[in-house]
Amino acid sequence: MTVRGFILSAGLLALAACGRSQPGLDQTGDRPELPDQRQTLLPPMKIATPAGWENEKPTAPAGFSVTAFATGLAIPRQMLVLPNGDILVAEGSGGSAPALRPKDVIATQIKAMGKTSVKGGNRITLLRDADGDGRAELRSALITGLNAPYGLALVEGQLYVATQDALLRFPYHEGETRITTPGVEVTRLPSRINHHWTKSLAAGPDGSKLYVGIGSNSNVGERGMAVEEDRAVIWEVDRQSGMHRTYASGIRNPTALAVEPQTRRLWAVVNERDELGPQLVPDYMTAVRPGAFYGWPYSYWGQNVDPRVRPQQPDMVRRAIRPDYALGSHVAALGISFATGAGLGPAYAQGAFVGQHGSWNRQDLAGYKVVFIPFANGRPAGKPQDFLTGFIKDGHARGRPVGVSYDPVHGALLVADDLSNSVWRIAPTRR
Amino acid sequence: MPSAPPRTRPLLHPLHGLLLAWPVALFPAALLSDITYLNSAEIQWSNFSAWLITGALIGGGLVLLWALIALARAKGPARRQHGLYLLLLALMWACGLINAFQHSRDGWSSVGTIGLILSLLSSLAALAAGWTAFAGYREVRP
Repeated sequence: MTVRGFILSAGLLALAACGRSQPGLDQTGDRPELPDQRQTLLPPMKIATPAGWENEKPTAPAGFSVTAFATGLAIPRQMLVLPNGDILVAEGSGGSAPALRPKDVIATQIKAMGKTSVKGGNRITLLRDADGDGRAELRSALITGLNAPYGLALVEGQLYVATQDALLRFPYHEGETRITTPGVEVTRLPSRINHHWTKSLAAGPDGSKLYVGIGSNSNVGERGMAVEEDRAVIWEVDRQSGMHRTYASGIRNPTALAVEPQTRRLWAVVNERDELGPQLVPDYMTAVRPGAFYGWPYSYWGQNVDPRVRPQQPDMVRRAIRPDYALGSHVAALGISFATGAGLGPAYAQGAFVGQHGSWNRQDLAGYKVVFIPFANGRPAGKPQDFLTGFIKDGHARGRPVGVSYDPVHGALLVADDLSNSVWRIAPTRR
Repeated sequence: MPSAPPRTRPLLHPLHGLLLAWPVALFPAALLSDITYLNSAEIQWSNFSAWLITGALIGGGLVLLWALIALARAKGPARRQHGLYLLLLALMWACGLINAFQHSRDGWSSVGTIGLILSLLSSLAALAAGWTAFAGYREVRP
């Protein structure tokens, strides 16, 4: 082969790496269409670089008003609505994965182009909107000095905070805006490397158990399986003793957990693997079945074997179960919250809101919005509907949704946005 | 006065030779660690390969540039040798670059059959380029 021929074929390979999506593929719902695997020399990457909101706001359906509930936060992630209507926001950024390959150095740089330059707050901020104008006029640092807090839960006057290395408990009294009592460690959480550092948290239906989502330490086991012990799992933690057991496994990155109000079952949104093509693998939400294995890293969406994992484990692939509901490939679902009651109107009385941070691993941007999935009898009953959009404008990201929280006290939805460092509030327009 | 027999003259500047040692050593080293990865499925071997290939590309890139300039300036009997040398370097570097992308894929896909073949090709090209360079060329006396 001549030099020219070689350069030409290298160029062709690079072109092939652009990885276009097939139009018309339906990748949401309980039976997503899965295309063939397409591994390319260069993973298709498209970063939506940040742009400001310029006094504009995300777009909600007709009949809803959007307000900037809070701005100027320091990387808001997950939220919790307290019984008195105060809102807690966990702010921070974690992870300490060392660069193992030249790729890690480069990919980190590229992904950073789509993120905020603000440093994570490592705190829990309390927001209060006493006058009901949709803006929090009171803001207070409730707890400071935390190590990348993420998941939040309140059970019987105890506030639980899942940081990137421990589950902490703080006493909480209604109405207070500052907690100075040091947190009690309920249990340590796996934190070595912390490739996926977020520790999601939800209290079980009877309050005796807490559930902690712990993401994998790699995309698909490329750091070796030794560092994946106690990763890609959901822990069930006994609230009193701090003892834990693995509740579900093979669940790559369970970024948010919530209990479905009708069936009282635990649901998770999960981010699936990258670099098998722009339309593989769909992120999903699923009711978490106790003891279930969801395939990672050996297979996805049931028995679809991932050839990158060696040695392969056919017995594990056989055990893998299919999740309940696909959300789309690379949408990066980071938040889930169930509606409880008709505070947002009858169309949104039963179902899940899902915050989608948005893609980097496909040319056609996906996610960057909040969707609503209607439920009936505690199960998904329809396609995702756009609820909050407008995060992308002219190819630039103005915001990236993370946590979503339905506020039953005020009948509103809150959306944390970790790019513009705001919390958006969506509520029915007052007449 | 009897004419002296034609001498063999080195093709390279000493610094050029030192830089050439990078790809000559690192591409075959990557080949060996690729083979070890494929035999062991121990991912650290693939990580080693990725860094070795990157190092080989850095040294090899400078050598490629130098060889290009040297060819432009070469005259007489050295010219042919410089051309062959540049061709081998270009082949080595192109294989190495594609292989660097290959090695940035995850798990088994970071090497696989394609990665092994590319490592083999870039190693052979590096060794052949080194041989061509250090064999030098015959000086032709008028």
